[in-house]
Order: sequence, then structure tokens, then C-alpha cells
Amino acid sequence: MSRPFRFPWLLAYAISYLIFLYLPVLLLPLFSFNDGTIVAFPMKGFTLKWYALLGAQDTLLQAMVNSLIVGAVTAVVATSLGLFAARAYVRYRFKGRDISEGLVMLPLVIPGIIVASSMLVLFISLGLKPSLTTVILGHVFVALPFAVSIMKSAFDDFDQSLEEAAFDLGESVIGTFRRVTLPIVAPGIVASLLVTFTVSFDEFVLAFFLSGNQPTLPVYIWSQIRFPAKLPNTLALGSLLLLASVLLLLTAEYFRRRSSKSA
Amino acid sequence: MAGILKTEAGKGLALSAPASLYVGLLVAAPLGILVAYSFWTQTYVEIDKTLTWANYAEAATDPLVRHLMLRSIAIAGAVTAATVALAYPIAYFIAFRTHKKTLWLLLITIPFWSSYLLRVFSWKLILGFNGVMNSALLSMGIVTEPLTFLLYNEFAVVLTLAHAWAPFAILPIYVSLQKIDRSLLEAATDLGCSKLERFFRVTLPLTIPGIIAASLIIFIPTVGDYVTPSLVGGSQGKMVANLIQVQFGPANNWPLGATLSLVAMASVGFVAILFVILATALGRRIR
Repeated sequence: MSRPFRFPWLLAYAISYLIFLYLPVLLLPLFSFNDGTIVAFPMKGFTLKWYALLGAQDTLLQAMVNSLIVGAVTAVVATSLGLFAARAYVRYRFKGRDISEGLVMLPLVIPGIIVASSMLVLFISLGLKPSLTTVILGHVFVALPFAVSIMKSAFDDFDQSLEEAAFDLGESVIGTFRRVTLPIVAPGIVASLLVTFTVSFDEFVLAFFLSGNQPTLPVYIWSQIRFPAKLPNTLALGSLLLLASVLLLLTAEYFRRRSSKSA
Repeated sequence: MAGILKTEAGKGLALSAPASLYVGLLVAAPLGILVAYSFWTQTYVEIDKTLTWANYAEAATDPLVRHLMLRSIAIAGAVTAATVALAYPIAYFIAFRTHKKTLWLLLITIPFWSSYLLRVFSWKLILGFNGVMNSALLSMGIVTEPLTFLLYNEFAVVLTLAHAWAPFAILPIYVSLQKIDRSLLEAATDLGCSKLERFFRVTLPLTIPGIIAASLIIFIPTVGDYVTPSLVGGSQGKMVANLIQVQFGPANNWPLGATLSLVAMASVGFVAILFVILATALGRRIR
């Protein structure tokens, strides 16, 4: 059964494609340890000084705090809205369900600049000044599709007879939700919280339009990119952000899988 | 009220209402105000609220607007074509040639769990005159002076966006490949199709829905991309989003900015619908 050797073209292509995908992502951390201000080969030497410098920058720390606040509030609001909506889509048949399901996915396909500019006009017209609040309103909008789809897959595998059993045994509606439904979909909720937090934490265009004089971290990075002298610092900060995003989302993935396996 | 909430339909509506109202309001209200603004005009710091077509006339006649609009659509089209073409073999590989599907899918998505802004910024560092690519090529002796065609043009924008949207092309195409009934492929071989014929007459037509989905997911947001043309586009690679941002920022002409947003949205919709009709027709043709 020996077949003539054939060069695995597709595998070779797949591997070179992976290199293309990872090149820009691994480049930032690589050069963040470079002992020089120019991002080019040959590299100079290993240093941690760019990381050490980060802690001393007040505007950066303030932007970090802003981003954490925006991310946390966005995650909680988007996940709550997504939890209820996903529950409705999976559990109930009702008029307008398809329209509603399509509507909550809409933010995924509207170009960011249009969402950002139109929200800016709306908020100003309503007398809301650009601030962290307006950024949160915008981020909940873009994070909602992620929350809904994660929660939908969590509810998909949920066995309804468990709830019915709880009712029959005398639990109230709220009691059933708290003691039966919630614990079972909890991994899905954690996954949704992490993903929506990361979506908000990394989002730039909306924050750029809506944050006024309270920059989030990506807006702060945008303001630093223009200065070549600050490049190594930006690289160090960027590398930390990459690491944080990847860790958060790997954790989310772990919980998401647990939620769809548990049922 | 309590009676309605006891029915299936009532519960469903009540639970989904907050999410759909939130999105519905934040789509409809800004859009409404954008439409209103597009008929107003900016006179220095004041907004003149007399209704006029002036902004639309300006958008239609200004050569810069037309130029940027057409370029945005052309760039987004090129990005879509390049991303789908590059992604198809990968999706095919994962669907048919490997048993470690989950691992490959994970490997492909991990890079996109990082900040979009930082990935685009990284491309700027790679493609720059004194950048990573040029310094590597120089030190290996492949070129004798830095290549200048890498950064600040349409090529850089297309490359960066083709990278940024890769998983959005791979995943839908993978799903449509995965759904193909393998017995159809065996039947094609039994009936005497060569491998190439089988691919073009069975596999490819069956994945047209995946290709359409991938193309729309990439094309629509790409037309309005702001970060990539700003960072790697230079003056040759500016797109319509840059013009819109200028109107809302430095130029402070919100009515014109609103008009441009609406025109951009309408053009995107028009091109997308045209594309779906053409692709569906083409799919029937080759079958």
C-alpha cells in the first residue's frame, strides 16, 4: 500500500498562511524587548526598560482605568441584555422573533465610522457630552451581538425539563431562575462577560469619536503612535495588551466549551 | 398586562425587548438625526436648519468625494477578493485534509483576539522604509536599497485588511465545505469527473453561499474602515472614512459629514445587493 510521495502543497500553503497571520502579532512583543528606538533588523540587545517606564506615566494609567471602567460596565450591561434576549430566542416562539434576532446582529455589519459619527451627532443633539458614558453606550451596542450569540449557544444545550421539575417541586419563577437556570448557564455568562469586555477594551473608532477628553487605552495609543521617540514604549504597552486580550479570550473559550459540554 | 406575560409570545417579547429596543433605538435615532443634518447646512459655528439639497449636490459634484468613494469601493472589493481567494485553500485544507480541525481553527482565530489597532500598527512597522521587511531584506542582501512601494499606498491597505479579515473569510467557507455531503463527491468521481472538474462542478458551486457570506462580512465594514487607511494608506490610500472623520473633526462641517455617511452607506448597500444577485446567478450557471 505504498503510494508515491506527493508534496503536500495544501499543508505547505496552510503553514505559510499561519506565518502570515502571526507575523504582525508576534512582532510587537519581539521588538518591545529591543534595546533601541528603531524597529528594524538587526536587533540591538535585550532590555526590559520600556516596560519599566510604563508605570511612571500618569496619562497612561488614567487611560487604563478609563478602559477598565468602560469594559466592565459594557460587559455587565451587554451580557444582561444578551442573556434575556438569547433566552427568549431559544425558549419561546413569538411574532417578530426573527426580526428581533436579525436586529441585534446588525451592529456587526454597520461600518464603524458610520456608527461612530451618527452616535456622536445623536448624543450631542441630546445634550450628552462625549465622555465615558457615551463610550459605554456605544460599546454595549457593538458588544451585544457577541453576548447574544454566546448566550444562545449556552441556552441551546439547556434541558428545559430541569426547570419544569423545579416548578413542580414548588420553586417560584425567580427561585427557579436563580437556583436552576443560572448555575447551568453560568459558564456561558462568564464567557460572554470576558468576550464583551475584550471587545470593548480593544475598540478604537467609537471611543475615538465618543470619549471627549477621557481617552480609553486604544485612544491613548493612537495619540502616541505619531511620536517615533515614544515607539518602544508603545510597543511595550501594546504587547501587554495583546497578552491580556489573548489570555482573556482563551479563558472565555474554555468557559464557552464547558457551557456547551455540560448539558 | 400580567395576562400577556403569561403567554409564550408575551414572555418571548418581554425578554427580548430590552436588547432589540436598545439596538433598534441606537440604529434608528442616529440615522434619523443624520438624515436631518444632511439637509441642514453649516454656517461657521451655527447650524442653518433650512432644508436644502446643497450637501447632496456637493457630494455628487465634488470630484474628491467621488474619487474617494470609488476608491473605497475598489479597495474593499480588492480586499474581499484577495481575502476570500487566500482563505479558500485554508478552509479546504481544514475541512478535507486534516483531522485536527479544532486545533487549526483555534490557531487561525487566536491572532484576531488581539487589538485591531495594534495589528494595523504592526503592519506599518513591517512595511515602512526603515521597517522590518526592508531591514531584513537588506541584511540578507536580497535588495541593495529599501523598497519604497511597500507602505503608504493601496497595496499596503489591501494587504493589511486582507490580514485583518482572514478568519471572517475562513470560517464561513469552512462551514459551507463541511456541510457538503461527501457522497456527492464520490458520485462525481464514479461518474468520471476528474479531480479538477469535480472541484469546479460540485465543490465550488456548493460553497457559493459561504463565499457570499464571507464577502459581505468583509466588504461592508471594509468600505468604511478608518484605522487602516490612516496608518498605512498615506495620501494614495485614503478612503471615504478619512473624509467623514475630517468633517466631524477638524473641518467641523457636520451636515456634510452626515451626508457623506449616508451616501457611503447607500453605496455599500447598493454594491452588496448587486454582488449577491450576480454571485447567486453565477452559482446557478456553473452548476
